[in-house]
Amino acid sequence: MVSLLQGKHMLRAELESFFDILEERRQSSDISHALRTFSAQPYHEATPPSVKALNRMVLESQFLRYVIAEVAAESGEPPECVKEEAAGILDKMAQNLQLSFIRLLGFSLSKIFKRLFRSIWVNEDGLARLQQAIQEHPVILMPNHRSYIDFLVLSYIMFTYDLSIPVIAAGIPLMGMSLIGEIFRRSGAFFIRRSIGSDKLYWAVLSEYVRTIVRTGFAPVEFYVEGLRSRTLKSLTPKLGKLTMVLEPFFKGEVYDVLLVPVSISYDRVLEETLLAHELLGVPKPKETTTGLLKARKVLEDDYGCMHVCFGKPVSARALAQGRVNRGQFNLVPRGLPLNASAELQEFVNGVAHLLVRLQEKNMVLSPWSLMTFTLLQSPQGVDWDQLTHKTLWLRTLALRFGAHLNWPAQLADSEVMSDSLALHHSIACREKGRVQLVEEVGPGPVTQEEAVFRKASAVLMCASYRNQALHVFTRPALVALAMTTAASPRKEDVFRRFCFLQELFANELIFIPGHAVQDFEEGCDGLQQCGALTITDQTLRVTEEEQDAIIFLTAILQPFIETYEVVCRILCEERFQTFSEKSFLSSVRDAVIKLLISGEQDPHCQLQMWLQVNVYLLVTQMLLCVGCFFISSWK
Amino acid sequence: MTARDLTTSHPPSRRRAPLTRALKRGSGMASDGHICERRRAAERRLRVISGHLHQRAQDGHAAVSAQECKAEASRANPAKAAPVPKRRHDIMKWNGWGYSDSRFLFNKKGQAEFTGKRYRLSGLILPSLKDWFEGTFGANLQHKSPATPALNVSAVPPPNLNESFVEELKAAGVALSQEPEDRVFRSHGHCLHEIFALREGRISRVPDLVVWPSCHNDVVKIVELACKHNVCLIPYGGGTSVSSALECPPEETRSIVSLDTSQMNRILWIDEKNLTAHVEAGIIGQDLERQLNESGYCTGHEPDSMEFSSLGGWVATRASGMKKNIYGNIEDLVVHIKMVTPRGVIEKSCQGPRMSTGPDIHHFIMGSEGTLGVVTEVTMKIRPVPEYQKYGSIVFPNFQQGVACLREVAKQRCAPASIRLMDNEQFQFGHALKPQVSSIFTSFLDGLKKFYITKFKGFDPHHLCVATLLFEGDREKVLQHEKQVYDIAAKFGGLAAGEDNGQRGYMLTFVIAYLRDLGMDYYVIGESFETSVPWDRVLDLCRNVKERIVRECKERGVQFPPLSTCRVTQTYDAGACVYFYFAFNYRGLSDPIHVYENVEHAAREEILANGGSLSHHHGVGKLRKEWMKEAVSTVGLGMLKSVKEYVDPSNIFGNRNLL
Repeated sequence: MVSLLQGKHMLRAELESFFDILEERRQSSDISHALRTFSAQPYHEATPPSVKALNRMVLESQFLRYVIAEVAAESGEPPECVKEEAAGILDKMAQNLQLSFIRLLGFSLSKIFKRLFRSIWVNEDGLARLQQAIQEHPVILMPNHRSYIDFLVLSYIMFTYDLSIPVIAAGIPLMGMSLIGEIFRRSGAFFIRRSIGSDKLYWAVLSEYVRTIVRTGFAPVEFYVEGLRSRTLKSLTPKLGKLTMVLEPFFKGEVYDVLLVPVSISYDRVLEETLLAHELLGVPKPKETTTGLLKARKVLEDDYGCMHVCFGKPVSARALAQGRVNRGQFNLVPRGLPLNASAELQEFVNGVAHLLVRLQEKNMVLSPWSLMTFTLLQSPQGVDWDQLTHKTLWLRTLALRFGAHLNWPAQLADSEVMSDSLALHHSIACREKGRVQLVEEVGPGPVTQEEAVFRKASAVLMCASYRNQALHVFTRPALVALAMTTAASPRKEDVFRRFCFLQELFANELIFIPGHAVQDFEEGCDGLQQCGALTITDQTLRVTEEEQDAIIFLTAILQPFIETYEVVCRILCEERFQTFSEKSFLSSVRDAVIKLLISGEQDPHCQLQMWLQVNVYLLVTQMLLCVGCFFISSWK
Repeated sequence: MTARDLTTSHPPSRRRAPLTRALKRGSGMASDGHICERRRAAERRLRVISGHLHQRAQDGHAAVSAQECKAEASRANPAKAAPVPKRRHDIMKWNGWGYSDSRFLFNKKGQAEFTGKRYRLSGLILPSLKDWFEGTFGANLQHKSPATPALNVSAVPPPNLNESFVEELKAAGVALSQEPEDRVFRSHGHCLHEIFALREGRISRVPDLVVWPSCHNDVVKIVELACKHNVCLIPYGGGTSVSSALECPPEETRSIVSLDTSQMNRILWIDEKNLTAHVEAGIIGQDLERQLNESGYCTGHEPDSMEFSSLGGWVATRASGMKKNIYGNIEDLVVHIKMVTPRGVIEKSCQGPRMSTGPDIHHFIMGSEGTLGVVTEVTMKIRPVPEYQKYGSIVFPNFQQGVACLREVAKQRCAPASIRLMDNEQFQFGHALKPQVSSIFTSFLDGLKKFYITKFKGFDPHHLCVATLLFEGDREKVLQHEKQVYDIAAKFGGLAAGEDNGQRGYMLTFVIAYLRDLGMDYYVIGESFETSVPWDRVLDLCRNVKERIVRECKERGVQFPPLSTCRVTQTYDAGACVYFYFAFNYRGLSDPIHVYENVEHAAREEILANGGSLSHHHGVGKLRKEWMKEAVSTVGLGMLKSVKEYVDPSNIFGNRNLL
């Protein structure tokens, strides 16, 4: 099969020049910025249809008429009622992009961003490419999702640079926020229910709506391929529904091409960091409400450092599909009828989704803090400042060798950069008497053992989240390193076999493009060879004595995953689960882990980091359990 | 380049010679008294017919031929009419399209003109062609890429003759030739790569012998001998193939004999009761039409290549005519076919208008592209020459509206004899071919029209497109019909734009093929290709294929944006036929033909991916063979193969087309 990544050039890392868009905002009037002439160049000079016209196009489409008739026949309701229902769904869903609201948003965001961030760095070349792309073909913006404000930042940048304002797929909870929801809607957001499940009509309205927007091409469509906000700041396994929808017009020849633009947003400090940790610990997410937002305004008082937005090279769906998708398969059925995606097509979309996540990862700009967290997490009792500096600098070299982009200001001394980062994250770690330690959450009065664990956990989890931001840089070399230590022999094929096994095992944790094991393995080996930790002679892999540190470090990165899986498996065996639901299972796992932690049987930090961050449940449901058990027995 | 649909070629007509010729030939073939008798009968019959016609004309009854319905050429100079000579290169280009005396050139003043006297455009100056040409292609009159002036006979490989075959043929009295010019002329169709190679003087495998049967029995004899001596036969009609169908397979080791049907060109009889005509298959379109016209009839089958393509070629490729809306495509026109195969002669026993006798054996023959045998005689439907003809044109604000209008016309089943929709690029191209206007008044009128459409009606000159129309029938009905169509057009924003534009549009189809030769003189190469597609996909297919062409050219290093344009040329109940023109300036490319072929290949893939067919009427030949399996399924291909296997087990008809 042809590789999705037509050679390595697609992943080649070239650091492009970034510039700060806030700088200009600090020097000129926000009002005139918000009110200036906005002249975006849309695709093929398409003029945006009015909301009414767009909705009518959707409702009167052959596809929707077909589904409505089908639903009516199934449910016995008269078709008119079903149609009305569909119109209702559409009304609730549809965006209502209005330039005046974009201006309002532009104005307020100027104010807010200036308070929150020191700078927002954007790659200029990426914007130029995007502008070009928008004029040529329908464009899909696919940012990673780390914060609520991701889409605001994107729309803000698009507005600032006279690019067509994207139409954004947003979650319905956002709509629930009075006023704000409406502002978002008028700024181009359309709202999608979280769980659509088997609601055929809803699904039909949504997909036809998205496809119509792509077909007319009047605005880029923006959605999160990961489906939801990553609570762990680690990339998530991509969802395929929306991607299939936006690609369909291309598959069916209704547009010449669809350009997918990966957008990598990296934060020095994520606005919701505490929230994230709490959510991970099982504290329910607060409901998105306007009052909630107002309460959260104390967030505004803090310093969140810089953020980087990197617009990746547009990926042509046509180029990807070349030789992989037979577009002729849709020749024999009217194109307005529901698409029954063939296995081949699903596989393709899955591959594309993973590729996009990979490209997002590749263009992330890592903060010094992300690197520091590796050492912090590996030293639960705290670490000397000097040692931290030493290890972080060593890691910096390693990361650069592995092709990471770093935001490490060259004009400042290294120690200054690091202490600056530490200061920014004062809520997580602090320096006392030359030692750096994680901060424990303060709370009232005496606490139970369990609560103590929780309080400690919060900082650890936040720390781990930041570490996760940089995880992708090391995963492939780390997997090779791990595979080498456990493979039957140092022969390349044996190591590769073990590598594949590990990749499969961690398929829910680390994102790999399906069917790319060979490339991933080669990439890992290349990385290790480049840092001098590995030599390959006669198809045999050998660790270089002098650079064993790297191997040890890399293996340690994956250790938490392994141990967590192990613990979970053990619990599963012990508890003799016969039937269990997701909820009961997760809570019993959590209880069991806490018990373990309290009894001190496990290294608490190591355990905590990954605890619940791994998708154990998924693992189990996907019947990887037996593999895991086998793995544990062979491991020990 | 234009629709050169088929496979046969010939110059303008001849006088009423068929009868005398028929007699002569009949007596020459004393071996077959039966045929002689039939010819005599035909002669008698024709005399009656002509007398009848004469009478009618004298009586002043319904004008039989107020308007001719065929190629410009015939109209221009009926006196010149003569059958296709054996030495075709005497009157036709050996390395380009059409007659030697007719060609485009840029004169010393840098103005384009069209030479000769055959066409309406002949001898006229085309003032805006140069600017269009230079502007569209980035070409320059200083940069010439002239063709090799004459055929280098020594470059032609010596014939690989099967001596005993040749001996027996001679004994049978069949005309034949092994002259290099004759052989080279029959070694190609009109694909770009074929003509380009000839212009460069490159000659690849050519037929080793050319034979000219003069009747069905000659063909029977030739095929028998070919089987006996294991010689490869390639039927050759008009030579207008654009599917590499006439190329000699380079891997063929046997002697290759080109079977030129041009001397089998008689109308054997006309049956006025049933309105059919029995015609030898070598006749070329314009001769057939003219001769029928003389008797007050026409077939109405007018493929764009009808000046040169032959009846046998039409049958062999499933041809389509411009006026199929009234007269039908070749499969609708044919009543009876006689074909000589290595197994013997295939034909039906009667001329019933429709039969339920298993799969129609005509459909094994139509589209067989010379792989099964030679079509020798065909009975075709004929119609009285229409009383009245009227051209028309409609301007639409954009292509989408135009297509929507054509779709509506098709839906209401009220399509005129011909309705074609050009896209904007082609509209501009057509404009560039406007001859010099003699009067100030005309140019003033043109200016006024332009002002009305672009300024008053707000049509964007870079988006508007034009449909050309041809109505036929009795006067009243034509006018009624015209109104109906214009009313529909108005609903889609269409404005009637006059008869002139329409007529010019149709005239261009006959000269446009000459234009490619002009382009090739100045580093511009191009080609056309076609497909058929369901209505709902027409727009998407047109856009995607045009875009694909532009992008592929760019990727392959073509320095200037190519001309990538299309038109909808036929409407059907369930879809349309779309025609693409594609040309580019190849300066700076080391292997332009390779680039061209890659782009065309990509364009075809795009067509197929967008639900278009492999071919609407050009056929498959060798050029599109690779997609046949995909197009008709493995079983389908197997069926065709088994027919070939039975009919021609030793692959005597070895042009290797189709399968």
